[in-house]
Amino acid sequence: MRELSYDVVAIGGGPAGMAAALSAREAGAERVLIIERDRELGGILQQCIHNGFGLRRFEEELTGPGYAHRYIEMVRNSDIDVWLDTTVLAAEPGGVITSVSPQAGLQVVRATSVVYAMGCRERTRGAIRTPGSRPAGVFTAGAAQRMVNMEGYLPGKEVVIVGSGDIGLIMARRMTFEGAKVKAVFEIMPYSNGLTRNIVQCLEDFGIPLYLGHSVTAIHGKDRVTGITVSQVNEKLEIVPDTAFDVACDCVLLSVGLIPENELGRAAGLALDPITGGALVDQFRQTSLPGFFAAGNVLHVHDLVDWVSEEAAIAGRSAARHARGELPAGGEARQVAAGEGIRTVVPQRLSPLEPGKMSVRFYFRATRPMGASLLQLYADGELAFERKLRIVKPSEMIVADIPVRKIGAAARLEFRLAPAPGKVETEEEIGEEA
Amino acid sequence: MARVVHAIQCIVCPIGCGGEVTVEDGTVTTLTGFTCNKGLAYAAEEVVSPKRMVTTTVRVSGGGLPLLPVVSVAPVPKDRIFDCLSLLRGVSVKAPVAEGEIIVADALGLGVDFRAARDIAVQ
Repeated sequence: MRELSYDVVAIGGGPAGMAAALSAREAGAERVLIIERDRELGGILQQCIHNGFGLRRFEEELTGPGYAHRYIEMVRNSDIDVWLDTTVLAAEPGGVITSVSPQAGLQVVRATSVVYAMGCRERTRGAIRTPGSRPAGVFTAGAAQRMVNMEGYLPGKEVVIVGSGDIGLIMARRMTFEGAKVKAVFEIMPYSNGLTRNIVQCLEDFGIPLYLGHSVTAIHGKDRVTGITVSQVNEKLEIVPDTAFDVACDCVLLSVGLIPENELGRAAGLALDPITGGALVDQFRQTSLPGFFAAGNVLHVHDLVDWVSEEAAIAGRSAARHARGELPAGGEARQVAAGEGIRTVVPQRLSPLEPGKMSVRFYFRATRPMGASLLQLYADGELAFERKLRIVKPSEMIVADIPVRKIGAAARLEFRLAPAPGKVETEEEIGEEA
Repeated sequence: MARVVHAIQCIVCPIGCGGEVTVEDGTVTTLTGFTCNKGLAYAAEEVVSPKRMVTTTVRVSGGGLPLLPVVSVAPVPKDRIFDCLSLLRGVSVKAPVAEGEIIVADALGLGVDFRAARDIAVQ
């Protein structure tokens, strides 16, 4: 059994783990390790073969594998250690990481700082409680994406997609490209959870209908799925009687949301955010366990990988500073709350701000779609800051830099979204965090 | 004189303006509902000659995976997407493959290359 020690260990070798490891190394951590359970680095990007990644980070549109390739090359050109095909079993307080791999067996690593970067997984049929039998042919959209794009299998020929998340929309086009007939997409909400671009280019381009306000009430079939029953729902998401109809299919793909894959954090006793499903962190992305950091989709589900890379760089830098004993410790952390209109905010607390810091970047998700809106900061109950937004969609993260002088010395910060009076003309460009 | 009004949903940014493009005898004459120059350009092209980036996979032998993702280096005309897919369905390459390698040059004479989206090592 090997026993080794590292300054910083990233658990997960997807976009978050790679960016965290690279920035930790850049920030002066001497010994950095990435532990990845797959056979290669890149994480979920390797199966996302469509393009549209990296506009912000690299100022060009890359495919998922193309975006991963940039980071894999950077890791390859560094002296960061990478363990592939290695599953972490536990990361315990004190930085003891236990892992197994077919090649090296059981390995224990001591890490001064740990970055959680395990990403997320898909919600399944159980999560949406769809009634009916349990035939073959029902997959999550991401599982089907891996089969089609990496393993060379087509999961079905007559396809129905449940949920209008981006992965489902992307798979509607992908299955069409591979010769399958995609009959419809059914979304329970009155709006889509996917990007407009994907609705246009993955559904409308191929005449695939999108039914909003529809829920699957049964899945039929004994050995293989033969069809589904769908009904309209009202504004309370209750089934509207006498609206049921059947759709024949041999494949059902579910695109009904993502949840952080945070078992390791939960087992270590991290304080969690019940809404994001990820850890509660401060602006350094440090969790409630000193020396344990989190970034990427294991912290909160992102819309763009570019934001994942950026957030992971913060976590990696902080991890390096902690490893050198240079991360400011102590002091009272201030709570950051999600108020009216805001579903999630990250970070959820502020440790004492460093001198010279001009602004703090926050990431939000909205509760519901809104038109022109005002993002408001209430500091100890008083309106301290407002920013105009031209449009608000739950599927897209809101990113805002809040000036430190507006935060002031308030003990409690709360963000809200309010409808903007009149027409909003401009939107602030988000550059580098100051 | 043939006058056709097309409803176009803009996809350039998250605002997603909906607008109308009027085409008379094959020429765009008026655009309404779009609020920026990028949107106007997109809407005009979308009506006259819509284009899309194409991503798919080709077979690869001798690598750790059976498939290599490929991407068009520029958008191709929308009505030629399935022709490109048919062409690529018949393509097979051998590992190793390097990211950026040209897999099909000048596909169907459209002036667009398809390149490898990742490395595939020999295994």
